[in-house]
Amino acid sequence: MAAEKSGAPDPMHQFDIVELIDIELFGLNLSFTNSSLFMVFSVALIIFLTLFSFNGRATIPTRLQSIAELSYEFVAKMVRDNVGDEGQKYFPFIFCLFMFVLFCNMLGMIPYTFTVTSHIIVTFALAIVIFFGVTLIGFIMHGIKFFNFFVPSGVPKALLPLLVVIEVISYLTRPVSLSVRLFANMMAGHTMLKVFGFFVAGMFFSGNLFISPLGIAPLAFIVAFTGLEILVAFLQAYVFAILTCIYLNDSIHMH
Amino acid sequence: MEPEAAKLIGAGLATIALAGAGIGIGTIFGNYLSGALRNPSAAPGQFPNLLLGFAIAEATGLFGLVIALILLFVV
Repeated sequence: MAAEKSGAPDPMHQFDIVELIDIELFGLNLSFTNSSLFMVFSVALIIFLTLFSFNGRATIPTRLQSIAELSYEFVAKMVRDNVGDEGQKYFPFIFCLFMFVLFCNMLGMIPYTFTVTSHIIVTFALAIVIFFGVTLIGFIMHGIKFFNFFVPSGVPKALLPLLVVIEVISYLTRPVSLSVRLFANMMAGHTMLKVFGFFVAGMFFSGNLFISPLGIAPLAFIVAFTGLEILVAFLQAYVFAILTCIYLNDSIHMH
Repeated sequence: MEPEAAKLIGAGLATIALAGAGIGIGTIFGNYLSGALRNPSAAPGQFPNLLLGFAIAEATGLFGLVIALILLFVV
């Protein structure tokens, strides 16, 4: 870690993992951390939303049922448009993925909570599972012909070796870009909010009669930026899910 | 040069990548707007593509930010 001066504001402290319950199994540290706690919160909220919203099963939906129906239809439309009819069997997976990432991102917007997806290991775990799953689906569906995916049609024979290498490399960077996109957006957003929070606190409590009232400017920025961050939380969850659908479509339909 | 100073300079240089992100995002939204103003009825159909394109362009800039963070906090 870079050298920290004591007392200086540290915007990275909010990303620290805190072990809540120490569990040691077979030499591995499997403690229940604050990250695990917020994953549990996220899943519990999703289960609450989907279970209790269908209590009445009214034809004219109540508010909670409306939310659940809207999110179901949103993801169903996304899967139908991007994967097609063969992809309907992957809808539960995409729905779980989208809801999990969305709720994890949104829970992080509450002050003093921990953003699960702001750690590269979480987003990378999701992305690598998606990548292996999608590649495996491609091999199961098409067998060895899956390698035809890397050979674009209508290419002069001389360029073929170079183009295949480029295609393979760009395919292999898919999990990297998928995970880093979500991670960087979440971490950058929260770091920026924290830095501006330090500005507000520093200006308000500076004791200087001219600077103190000017603390309202970074405060107004934080309010506006929090609105943007909520949009980004939803957008990043949507982009994660839709890119998964596109990669799935590539594997199932091969261009 | 001290490694600490070199790290900080490198982190600062890595943020130049965000210039490309700004240009890319501006291009995408500008093209969407000019298309939407010509053909307003087709605009909602392309809105998901707009969001997807924006996120991918933003991601490229954020890769530069990740390099900066690696230089500051990991190396």
